[in-house]
Amino acid sequence: MLIARIIGDVTATHKHASHEGQKLLLVQPLELDRRTPRGDAVIAVDAVDAGLGDIVLLVTEGYSAMTSVNRPESPIDMAVIGVIDHLDLLPVPPPATAV
Amino acid sequence: MILARVVGTVVATRKDPRLDGRKLLICKPVSPEGKDESGYVVAVDTVSAGYRETVILVSGSSARMAEGCKDRPVDTAIVGIVDSVSIDEGSKGT
Amino acid sequence: MYLGRVIGRVWSTVKDPSLVTQRLLVVQPVTPEGAPTGKRLVVTDAVGVGAGELVYWTKGKESSFPFLPAEVPTEMTIAGIVDSLQIDRGV
Repeated sequence: MLIARIIGDVTATHKHASHEGQKLLLVQPLELDRRTPRGDAVIAVDAVDAGLGDIVLLVTEGYSAMTSVNRPESPIDMAVIGVIDHLDLLPVPPPATAV
Repeated sequence: MILARVVGTVVATRKDPRLDGRKLLICKPVSPEGKDESGYVVAVDTVSAGYRETVILVSGSSARMAEGCKDRPVDTAIVGIVDSVSIDEGSKGT
Repeated sequence: MYLGRVIGRVWSTVKDPSLVTQRLLVVQPVTPEGAPTGKRLVVTDAVGVGAGELVYWTKGKESSFPFLPAEVPTEMTIAGIVDSLQIDRGV
């Protein structure tokens, strides 16, 4: 899973039938600083009713994505499956000193 | 899928028995205009492709859906020989 | 899923039997702002798109699912045509 920010949404009238009724979000994966973009923005289905600007959990594997929106055997490879409330990072340990 | 050109063959006598009888070809990715790109990949041939031919490569678990690759340890398969590629004017060289 | 623009087509006579009924399209991945990004790819089409259209496509085994029960060896498939997209990077 990746940490990402919702930066928009996508409207598509003509799409695969299994995508009907799914909200398609424009999602920017982020580095751990939650600011720096990590690669290009992607499109994911929304499993948790996430909103613009939310920092979310993005799953990038098909089985997890499909089952999160109850659409097995459909062409879905990414889903937003959580809205992150907060996140703690342990400080990086200092380099070991030579003995 | 990506486009690639066949640049060689691999012969391996000792290999996973599920690969017995499969032809292994070395393929170099090419652009739609036929220009060589970086890297290479060894692919299982399912369409009797030949040396220097431009082919269509499918990778990942979908490669096992190619003819004769079911339940075999295949992650890249050649699934077509390219006759031609047409690119819309205006998007060339992007 | 990823954004892309349909820029061409691949013609192939000798191909996997389950690809015979498939149109193989060339897609240029693009950013939400429309700039080309990364290599052009060959994809199958699950929705019937036209040349030049902005689309979204999937990557991975899921890409073959629209064609079930046929087992189509594809790992990239167009799943929809983008009518519009809204973007707010908040910066």
